[in-house]
Amino acid sequence: MSSASDSPMRAAVEFKTRRKYWGLVRELAAADFKLKYQGSVFGYLWSLMKPLAIFGVLYLVFSVFVRIGSDIPNYPVYLLLGIVLWNYFAESTVNGMRAIVDKGDLIRKVYFPRIMILLASSLSALITLVLNLLIVAVFLLFAHTDQSWQSFGFLFLILELYLLSVGISLFLGALFVRFRDFAYIWEVALQLLFYASAIIYPLSLVPERFQKLLVLSPITQIVQDARWLLVSKQTTTGFAILAHWALIPYLIPPLLAITGYIYFERAASMFAEDV
Amino acid sequence: MEERVAISVKNIRKNFKLPHERYTSLKQSAMHLFTRKGFTRFEALKDVSFEVMEGEFFGIVGRNGSGKSTLLKLLGGIYQPTSGRIAIHGSLSPFIELGVGFNPELSGRDNVFLNGAILGLSRKQIEEKYDDIVAFSELHEFMDQKLKNYSSGMQVRLAFSIAIQARSDILLIDEVLAVGDANFQQKCYNFFREMKREKRTIVFVSHDMNAIKDFCDRALLIQDGVVAAVGAPDRIINKYNRLNIVERKELESVEYAMDTANRWGSGDLVVKDVVTKLKGRPRKSFEPGEDITIEIKATVKRKVDQPIFGLIIKSPQGLRVMVTNTRLMGLKTKAYSRGETVTFSCSVKNIFSNGRYTISPGLADTDGNVFYDWIEDAAWFEVHNSDSNDGVVLPDHTLKVFVES
Repeated sequence: MSSASDSPMRAAVEFKTRRKYWGLVRELAAADFKLKYQGSVFGYLWSLMKPLAIFGVLYLVFSVFVRIGSDIPNYPVYLLLGIVLWNYFAESTVNGMRAIVDKGDLIRKVYFPRIMILLASSLSALITLVLNLLIVAVFLLFAHTDQSWQSFGFLFLILELYLLSVGISLFLGALFVRFRDFAYIWEVALQLLFYASAIIYPLSLVPERFQKLLVLSPITQIVQDARWLLVSKQTTTGFAILAHWALIPYLIPPLLAITGYIYFERAASMFAEDV
Repeated sequence: MEERVAISVKNIRKNFKLPHERYTSLKQSAMHLFTRKGFTRFEALKDVSFEVMEGEFFGIVGRNGSGKSTLLKLLGGIYQPTSGRIAIHGSLSPFIELGVGFNPELSGRDNVFLNGAILGLSRKQIEEKYDDIVAFSELHEFMDQKLKNYSSGMQVRLAFSIAIQARSDILLIDEVLAVGDANFQQKCYNFFREMKREKRTIVFVSHDMNAIKDFCDRALLIQDGVVAAVGAPDRIINKYNRLNIVERKELESVEYAMDTANRWGSGDLVVKDVVTKLKGRPRKSFEPGEDITIEIKATVKRKVDQPIFGLIIKSPQGLRVMVTNTRLMGLKTKAYSRGETVTFSCSVKNIFSNGRYTISPGLADTDGNVFYDWIEDAAWFEVHNSDSNDGVVLPDHTLKVFVES
């Protein structure tokens, strides 16, 4: 048995045409972003105001009411950075999971590499992240944090976070076509991850043996590394407590991205029928 | 000149699994993990093979449900064949349907870029062609308005204008001319002619036999998932029409059409017989100028009030030549009770040109919302015109030839 995708001719054509669909990623992401703020008076401003409002709440709670992180300088900014990164991860994976099903109409009617839909969805979440990070940058300046050339390491962390989100989205997006259960499964999993990733409390509060476990998760590692680079050198990072095991969380995102890609591409040919 | 193959389809099969119940959750899947009888296999295409040559305008015809759309989706790469091989030589433009991905909340302009990208155009390409697209669609003053404020005709115009910019080697076109006003349809036809002149390879699916006849070099008739015939459009159109005519033996009994797919309706009022007569006597063939009387006898199964009686006469090519009904002509009908037989008769002067014309009777409720009975091509009559004539009708007319003084 041979099918069209096995045919070398088709494969060659596919490879050639794939390039021309990069424009589609951009247009889909742009349309997504435009639609998101349609009908709201302030429009794009909300992208900036949301992190501002979050910061206000955090400042109120953690600097006035509870004083959990009082030993960490600039604790509100420390928290804000973690929450902004987490929000991106959550938004990007949830949207990624629904992306294929939401565009089912398109998939049933026209051929284009299905992965473009997923990339567009991740891009649109990335735009929001960049806007949020601009606000974080402003607070970092006001908070008189020390920045050096090391701060550029943050770009590497964003890349890692992007790979992690896309990798998970590839699995979830393809699985969600067949099993709508993943909407509920992932919602619970996100809750669990949120509290297990030291987003709203300092990792140092956790008993030491659990610290080692938590920091194996790439999302904890990314948030902690980012705080260490940008906010406070007092942040507990994987390197400080894990020695050479600390490399593990860095390997997970690229591994997920690669296996996710392979899984997604295998499942993609059936999307038009299953969706 | 050596002819090269643009599309080669070899022994394509396509099965769909139609689950008796759709399992979209893990629990359901887990429960049915070990049961194998959860679905019916539906064979949409069974061993289809054909080739389309480079520069050919290739038509695909077939009744609804024959497998046309599945075939087109396979060619477009939307579906994967269950077995068999499809080879496409050259770039392919997949406009199976117009305006795919149009978003009503975005402006006409944004939709041009979005739809263009879906068709595989880069932003730069669309920017270059943007003015052409707007000009072709004649929607200049509407481009900044949201698409939801467009009429459906306007949306189709915009969609078609974008679609024709996707200038690939091979175009797949599915029934795009159904909408739009006459003026725009003309534009579409002009575009097709241009494509034909440029020797672009085009696969064209349509129910419009005139379009198939006008444009296609060759056509394929698909029936129940197999290729019934491939060849010259005229021959294929004849075959297609013959499929649509309910072949009836001997007597004029409509009973034969009872269980065909070409009949539908609620059954409150059913057609019992359709007869053509000349001066009160049954006749099947007519000379030009004679008065044809079509009588449709219907039986009342449930009480009906002021139903509409109507009929359509179709040409040998399957075109609707004449559509008439009692409401259209302002004829009041009454209430009829169960068991009554009602005869509806239509008298028409034979202005038809040549060949076998079919009659499709239709019975509907007083508002035309509910069809009681409808039989596609229930009966036929023949017209013999000694002068062989290509037209659909030959009404009384006068010709003159003179020199302007």
